[in-house]
Formats: sequence, C-alpha cells, structure tokens
Amino acid sequence: MSSTISSGGPPIVEVAELTRAFGTRRALAGVTFSLGRGECLALFGPNGAGKTTLLRVLAGLLRPSSGSARVSGIQLPGGALARSRVGLISHRTMLYEALSPRENVSFAARLYGVRDVNARVEDSLRRMSMLERGDAPVRSLSRGMQQRVSIARAMVHTPQLVLADEPYSGLDDGGARALTSLLGELRSAGTAIIVVTHNLAEGLSLATHAAVMQRGRFVRYDPADRIDATAYSTTYREALAGA
Amino acid sequence: MKISWLPTIAGAAVIATVIRAAFFTPLEAKQGAAQKIFYLHVPAAWVAFLAFFLVAVSSGVYLWLRDSRLDRFAESSAEVGVVFTTVVLITGPLWAKPIWGTYWAWWDVRLVSTLFLWFIYVSYMVLRGAIESPPLRARYSAVLGILGAFLIPFIHLSVYLFATMHPMPIVGKPSKPSLPNEMLLTLMLSLASFTLLYFAFLRARYRYAVERDAVAAAIDHDA
Amino acid sequence: MPDVLFAAWVIARKDLAIEFRTRSAFFSAVIFALLGLVIFYFAWDPTAVTVNDLAPGVLWVIFTFSGLLGLHRSFGVETEDHAIDGLLASPVSRESIFLGKAIANLIFVAAVQLIAIPALVVFYNLPLGNVAIPLIAIAFLAAVGLVAVGTLFSAMAVNTRLAELLLPMLSLPFFVPIVIAASQSTAKLLSGRPIVEAAAWIKLLIAFDIIFVAACTVAYPFTVDD
Repeated sequence: MSSTISSGGPPIVEVAELTRAFGTRRALAGVTFSLGRGECLALFGPNGAGKTTLLRVLAGLLRPSSGSARVSGIQLPGGALARSRVGLISHRTMLYEALSPRENVSFAARLYGVRDVNARVEDSLRRMSMLERGDAPVRSLSRGMQQRVSIARAMVHTPQLVLADEPYSGLDDGGARALTSLLGELRSAGTAIIVVTHNLAEGLSLATHAAVMQRGRFVRYDPADRIDATAYSTTYREALAGA
Repeated sequence: MKISWLPTIAGAAVIATVIRAAFFTPLEAKQGAAQKIFYLHVPAAWVAFLAFFLVAVSSGVYLWLRDSRLDRFAESSAEVGVVFTTVVLITGPLWAKPIWGTYWAWWDVRLVSTLFLWFIYVSYMVLRGAIESPPLRARYSAVLGILGAFLIPFIHLSVYLFATMHPMPIVGKPSKPSLPNEMLLTLMLSLASFTLLYFAFLRARYRYAVERDAVAAAIDHDA
Repeated sequence: MPDVLFAAWVIARKDLAIEFRTRSAFFSAVIFALLGLVIFYFAWDPTAVTVNDLAPGVLWVIFTFSGLLGLHRSFGVETEDHAIDGLLASPVSRESIFLGKAIANLIFVAAVQLIAIPALVVFYNLPLGNVAIPLIAIAFLAAVGLVAVGTLFSAMAVNTRLAELLLPMLSLPFFVPIVIAASQSTAKLLSGRPIVEAAAWIKLLIAFDIIFVAACTVAYPFTVDD
C-alpha cells in the first residue's frame, strides 16, 4: 500500500553512516536512511541484525559510535530535547506492575511535561481500549492488555517519532487492530514511525518504506511503491538463512 | 628464554634490600629484631596507596576518554595493590604484637585506613567479577575507584577523631622514631625497590589483561 | 535547576506509590530493626554494660542494615519490565532520576527510623529528654549520607550477577564513617555532654553528606549512559 499523504517538510529522522560498536563487535555497521513526516519504515531482519540497536540509538538510550543521526533536526546524542520527541514501544512493557494503567500512563505524561495530564491519559487509554481496567494493578492484567497499556504510555505525549520494536508481540486480534489503527492515525497526523517486526504482512500494511537489515546494515531499502511483497519475502528469507 | 630487565632489577633490588635490612642495618634500641619488619611494612603500605591512587586516576581518565587500555591499567593496578595491601595487614600485627603487646592497634590511623583500602580493593574486584559486559564493567569499576578515593580521607579522619577522643591503654607505644642515617637509607632503598617491584608486577599483569581481552574478542568475533 | 527537582519529585512520588502499594520492603525493614533491638539487648550482660553505652552503637548499626533492605528494592522495581528504559528514554535528566530515587529512599529510611527510634527509647529505657532534637538532626544527616551512597550502589548492583551480595559489600565501607560519627555523637549526647563535644562528629557528617551527595549525583549518569 503506497503512501497517499504528502510528506513534506524537514525529515524527522536523518541517519548517515551510523555505526555503533560494542567492544570490537559492530552492531550497526553504517546505516543510512531518512524518514519524513507521516512516513513509516517497516524494518525486517534476523535476530542480531542490529534492529533493536538502531532503535535504541534513535531513542537516546545508546550513543552513536560514529556517523551521524538526527531526530527532529537534533543531532544525537541530543539530550532531553531529542528524547522528548520520541515514543518508544518495545516487547518489554516498561511498566510498573504494582501501579495501575492510569498511574503508569500519568507518570509517563508527567515525565514528558504533558500539559493536560488527565485528559491526555484518558484519551490514550481509550484509544487502546484500556479504560475499563484502567485502575487495576498492571500485574493483574493479561500480557495483551499490558502491551496495550505500554503502547498507550508511549503515545501520551504525542511524539513526532514512534519507535516500535516488535509492538505486536503479545497482542490479541483486538489489540493488534487497535494498534494498527492508532499507528495509521498517527501517520496521517504527520508522525514518523519505524516498526520492527517479524510479521511481513503487518509491517508492510502500514509502511511507506521497507528495509531488511543484516549484520548491522541495510541489505535492502525501498520506498513503498517499489515494495514487492514476494521479493521482500525472498530477501528476508535469504537474510535469515545467511545470518 | 628472554630475560626481562624490569622484573630482574626489581627482584634483585628487593633481595639486596632484605639482606641489607636483615644483616647490615643496626638494631633499633627499644624494639629489637622485630622492628625490621618495618622495612617490609612501610614500603608495602606506600605501594598499596600508590597503586590505589593510580586506580583512581586511571578511572577518572577512563570516564573521560573511554579508552579500554585505561580500564585494563586500573584493573591491573588494583590486583597488584591488593597483594601489597595484604602484606601491610599481615606485617602490621606481626610487628605490633612484640612491640606494643597488641595484635591490632585501632588507634593506628594509617593501619586502619589500610584495612579499609583492602575492603575497597576487594569489593572492586568482586564488582568486576560480577559483570559480564566489558564496557559496563569498566564504567562501574571506574565509579567505584573514584568514590573509594573520596572515602579514604573520611576513614582517616573518623579513626583519628576516634583515637584522640578515646585514649586507650597502650603498652609501650613508641613515639615516632627519628631514624639515624643507616636506617633511613635502608628505608629509602626498600621504598625504591618495592616501587620497582610494583611496576614489574603491574606490567606483567597488564600484559596478561591485554592477551586475555584479545582472546575474548577473537572468540566473540567468531561466534 | 527547579526542573531537575520537579522531575525528581515526580519520580520519588512514583517510587513511594509503588512501595505504599506493596509495603513489603517497609515491613521487612521495620521488623528487622525491631528484632535487632531485641537481639542486641540479650547479647550483652546488662549489669556489665549500661544502656547508655549500648544504645548508640545498636541504633546506628541497625539503622545501616535495615536501610540496606530498603535500598535494595530501590532500583529493583525498574528491572521488572525494563521500566528503567522508559525512564532513560524520557526527557528527564539522569541526575533527576538519581535524586528522585534518593529522595524516595530517604523518606523510606526516615519512616523506618520513626518507628525504630521510639522503639529503642522504650526497649532500652533511654532518658531522651532534651536530646531528642539533636538526635533527630543526627539521624537526618546520617540518613542523607546512607541514601546518597546506597542509591548509587543499588543502581549498579541491580545490573550485576550478585545483586544482593554486592550492595552491602560495596556500601558498607562507605557507611562506616557515618556509623562512627553518628554513634559517637549520640553517645556524647546520651551521657549528658554538651553538644559542642559532638561538634566535630557532626561536622564530619555534614562534610560527608555534601561530598557524597554531589559525587554520587555526578557519578550516576556515568553508570547509565552508554
């Protein structure tokens, strides 16, 4: 599905020859791409390819070793300002299990300096259909519901860039639909999205761009109107085999 | 086998010093033969603190430059330092018992500070052993190395205040001896030879660390 | 600066909310302190040692070990679901994270002491009289130092293999000046000496607090930024 919205304006993500080493091992070995408003990059690749590392660098959790990366025009490491523009979703929920969904999302809202905390929290929980169990401790919720809360938490401050590392993991059908719809809404509103997923169909349904990563670099990178799902499938399988 | 100059000279210096101290340095009037442990105890203490000072400095520079060679240096200096510190803690009571009538002198501020130095060294090594990731291990050890350096003056001050406020019955505590030239010379020689020994051990330990890390990196790469 | 403190307070409130919800660490620390008071009493011969001699040491040793129980859980909550990543990816400064956790720990330790100190007075029949205020001041200074060092080492220990062992091992050498200064000054106060005699110890505590709060706040970002 190709992108039908205009993605004008300065790019939200600009990455050039980005590398990140851990000792002698290069988890990112020269990544280059950019992503504009309303664009969504679906990132595929075998485990250990560097997808999570790339997201963690963009989220401000890791420093680049060399090369350059910009988020919303801010050079990384960009400190608090860069981090405030980003929302991070992971397969780890990053929640406090003793607290309720409402408390978890409110806490995040306060950390990000959100103005209208209560209203934004309610809105975020509603979009992920978590209002009903909003006051039960997260510990008592199912994995799928916890993941929904985690997503609500990541969006409460209306980030310009959403980094989603296997966001569909643990979600049931209802949750997956809610997530896809939410990501679609965000894209229309101009948010840039990077989705890491093993599910080709889900990833490509939202994507305006797609890439396959292997051993720290992009081995394939295409804008949406040139994505051929079958060809992608093949490259992905090759990458998995060759990893 | 290639003969390395540093350990050879250091070893020879220490042996020469020990011989001089045992046979060619006069006995101290009040303390007798037991006083000769002094020539092991004091230089060992000097090295123990020198080694930790270098751990703290290289830790600080590591946090600034993030060069793993500095981390290896700190690690090596710590392991060598703890050995010398142990020597101080063993020779201390050996010296104290015949002379002061007590194994452990809580009012001896330097000795107690050395005991805490030993605790910090040991916790430094246990910390390193408990972390698998090299960059995390280096960062954490560096923080501990620097904070440990801040702690030592506080320990020193606490024990000093404690000792001055609680005069304890001491059997024959000697006042600070003024050393005649013969003894002073032996002391200087022992300080110098122990320092050489420290650098010899340090270099050997550092080389071991380099090889160990190279092997680990090779295994990592192949994996 | 106010931003840093405001963010720290948001984080502290969150930690306290979690602790209040479960309360397990708090109860453990309180029971531990009370049991400790009892055990120490029976460990001494009451005819050979008076309570005024025994109490200061007992109080501050128990303070240290019950404090460790609370400190351990401080960063434990962040590892559960990698919640620490949520904190680190947010715009709050690393110093705020440290200060927020330290403030929560300080309140935790203070709450335990609010029960332990009166218990000490009751169990040991201590004539507190007008030394109550200076004693509270000493307790506060000791708690600040304990919490500064303990929070930092808790952050580090939680990422290692031997977390429960490492936290006491790293922290206790640093707690020693605090325990010595607090015990000695408390002993002086309890035996009716004028406060000026405890002045040197109190100055030591203040210096320790200033240096280690600063050093640990500066050190914390180095332990997280990669």
